[in-house]
Amino acid sequence: MAVPALKLDGAQTLLAAAPEPSGEASWARSVRQAAARRLAERGAPVRRDEYWRYTDPQSLTCQPPVAAAPFENDEAPLFGGADRLKLVFVDGVFSRELSDPVELEGIEIQPLSEALSTDIHWARELFGVLEARGQTPVDRPMAALNTARATEGFAIRVHGRPGKPVNFVYLHEDALSDAMVHNIVRVEAGADFTLLENGPAAARFNKVLEVDVADDGAFHHVRAQGRDHERRAVTGTFARLGARSTFKSFTLTVNGRLTRNECVVEFTGDDGIAHVAGACVGEGDFRHDDTVFVTHDAVNCESRQVFKKVLRSGAMGIFQGKILVKPDAQKTDGYQISQGLLLDDDSQFLAKPELEIYADDVACSHGSTCGAVDETLLFYLRSRGVSRGEAEELLVLAFLDEAIAEIEDPALADDIRARLAAWLARRRR
Amino acid sequence: MQLHDDTSIREGVDRETVDAVRSVGERYKYGFSTSIDTEYAPQGLNEDIVRLISDKNGEPEWLTEWRLTAYRRWLQMEEPSWAMVHYPEIDFQTQYYYARPKSMTVKPKSLDEVDPELLATYEKLGIPLKEQMILAGVEGAGDTPVEGRKVAVDAVFDSVSVGTTFKAELAKAGVIFCSISEAVREHPELVKKYLGSVVPQSDNFYATLNSAVFSDGSFVYVPPGVRCPMELSTYFRINAENTGQFERTLIIADKGAYVSYLEGCTAPMRDTTQLHAAVVEIVALDDAEVKYSTVQNWYPGDENGKGGIYNFVTKRADCRGDRSKVSWTQVETGSAVTWKYPSCILRGDESQGEFYSIAIANNHQQADTGTKMVHLGRNTRSRIVSKGISAGVAQNTYRGLVSMHPKAKNSRNYTQCDSLLIGDKCGAHTVPYIECRNNSSRVEHEATTSKVDDEQLFYCRQRGMDEEEAVALVVNGFCREVLQALPMEFAMEAQKLVAISLEGSVG
Repeated sequence: MAVPALKLDGAQTLLAAAPEPSGEASWARSVRQAAARRLAERGAPVRRDEYWRYTDPQSLTCQPPVAAAPFENDEAPLFGGADRLKLVFVDGVFSRELSDPVELEGIEIQPLSEALSTDIHWARELFGVLEARGQTPVDRPMAALNTARATEGFAIRVHGRPGKPVNFVYLHEDALSDAMVHNIVRVEAGADFTLLENGPAAARFNKVLEVDVADDGAFHHVRAQGRDHERRAVTGTFARLGARSTFKSFTLTVNGRLTRNECVVEFTGDDGIAHVAGACVGEGDFRHDDTVFVTHDAVNCESRQVFKKVLRSGAMGIFQGKILVKPDAQKTDGYQISQGLLLDDDSQFLAKPELEIYADDVACSHGSTCGAVDETLLFYLRSRGVSRGEAEELLVLAFLDEAIAEIEDPALADDIRARLAAWLARRRR
Repeated sequence: MQLHDDTSIREGVDRETVDAVRSVGERYKYGFSTSIDTEYAPQGLNEDIVRLISDKNGEPEWLTEWRLTAYRRWLQMEEPSWAMVHYPEIDFQTQYYYARPKSMTVKPKSLDEVDPELLATYEKLGIPLKEQMILAGVEGAGDTPVEGRKVAVDAVFDSVSVGTTFKAELAKAGVIFCSISEAVREHPELVKKYLGSVVPQSDNFYATLNSAVFSDGSFVYVPPGVRCPMELSTYFRINAENTGQFERTLIIADKGAYVSYLEGCTAPMRDTTQLHAAVVEIVALDDAEVKYSTVQNWYPGDENGKGGIYNFVTKRADCRGDRSKVSWTQVETGSAVTWKYPSCILRGDESQGEFYSIAIANNHQQADTGTKMVHLGRNTRSRIVSKGISAGVAQNTYRGLVSMHPKAKNSRNYTQCDSLLIGDKCGAHTVPYIECRNNSSRVEHEATTSKVDDEQLFYCRQRGMDEEEAVALVVNGFCREVLQALPMEFAMEAQKLVAISLEGSVG
């Protein structure tokens, strides 16, 4: 079917709005051009697209972006207590002054722009490669735009087990910032790496993370999309997993006008493990969309998708998850759970959990539920003298915990739990 | 496949299962064609054809216009491509849109006047068009009178209704059961009021096509407070070549009424594909209940995917009244391509919708089927149980929508969809849409996909069953929940079909 003119024109507008990067190596230039072509041919996202039916992409594509006043946050920064390599972006631009020195034993780390201007660079095997693979069968136009235009970000190659995680901190200061960041991570065979990300980033943020985990490698990702009421964000995480590798990604999202997190995982080696989880708490004019696509193309791999959303005062939570099991991906274990907890009558939870299975020796299941706080549980707690507010809070935390439990590092998980508890308690006061 | 008679003696294996397994060896047995003089409308589709069909049915002007409006709308529509089914492009101009046995040119006054050849066809299908106590769908039941419930049959052959049984007895109870063309003549006020009120003319591509060219189908009206004294059924038969069947069924259960309706369908084996685009509309008013059961056994094409019926059907029920209830039960075993989503609009407070489905796809069959439960009223409830079985190189998709609107307070939905894969060349897919727009409602959805459990197979084989027999038993167990929801007449037939459709899928 022909691509509607509306989509094609939209793509041109998106490409025209961001300057074409210059001074890069010829291989990088051709990757950029191919990405721009992908976007130009398939068009910008519109509401009529199947995977945008629940989220209107208009505010992600409009020019200029809608202004979003930065939120004055008086909390201590997340992951502040952890030993980490802190790299700070302000409105999507890397700030050397606010960051730690860019070096860490066990990894090669370099700003993306440097990597892309080097003629012979390992990034050539990764930059834009996984994003391009992730464009079929479902278009991801915002990620293609990112590959075509983003100049900020880091290229990280992990060889061993670095002593501490890398932490990208995204600060938002300008009410009109329209930022794009593209990070690439290559975890070499047997290496183990943890990436932390937090902060509201920008008025409008388009981020892509490409992760290539080689055989026996492990990648842990904990992300907190900051409390910033008016921000908008679209992110794309693209992962490719080798044999016996592990990929675990957790995202906490609290408020923000619109968040669309896409995660595309592909198993290419046998016996891999991928867990993608998300906990989200939203209130008011808040829309949060998790779109996950896991492709099993290897034997005996395990995938889990665990998404929990607590919504109130008109907030809207969306989950679109898919497990695709290719014909030879026998012994696949695929699991998917998406749950919405609606704290009042104005909120909405919309889910589309899909399975597409072409192999017979598999065990795949999904569950999806939606409803209010269980009155019986509330009654139980209240009969033991817990106030209604506190009881509800406890149940909310318990509800979200299944997703938080996907974080392997207990200290990081506790960090997230403490943060959530504090938010809920503050709201009650 | 040979089975010995002593099979039945084994403990834990019931007679039905043995019979089911026995018929595994049989081919599609409804694949014969009846050679009968048939009168066709000219090939292709244009406004003249629409007018011609309308004229053949002796329709009033408003209905002709209604059809033409649909046709003009259809010209602007695009064939949907979102379903997970692939087939060569359909040339709508090479089809015949109307075929009627010549003997039906003058409508017979009673069943006695119907061409014996036609009656024989139905006899052969196991649907004797005689007013006697019969168990429809059970072979041999016609010969030996069995103590059973009465079933009234409306038999549709290509584009026309051949006859309807038990009309007089139904009329005594106030129930109107006739072909839709007859209803247009006899009860225009009812038809005008309800036709298109559930599935509008321009609902979707195939429904719009149907609105333009629909020929016969059944019409049921059950007056207030009447419990229909017998099961009603329609048996659809496609016979003519290159001819599409476009029947339209309209069922209205007035306040407090109850009706159980059965639908069966078969077609001859042919090398070319044939089109079937039906529309079923159900209206349930206050406290009314409609139970609609289908055993769909259109010719599925041969083992190489040649021929078969393209089954594009729009079925929708409007639970318009408070406390109304509609229950869809379907066993989908036939058709090369199935595109079918029986739905319930739960408009009335405390109304209920149910959907029980077994979809079996073997060889090159493709099925994309499921349901929509749209909760609009308060305290509405819906339940979905879907069992999909894929074998050979078939693709089977469950696609469903559960939508809780903001005003549908305290509503409940429970969905379970399980898929079973037999063999490593087939596919089983699940595409549910779950939309919850208020917090007093609860939506639960679970789905699993697995293959026939090795342990269960081992257990059966250990007890002396061969593999095909064991698979049939496991599959029957897998489907039990849905089979139990079928009226008895159909359950037995369906159970057999489950086994037949899986023929040759093991090993």
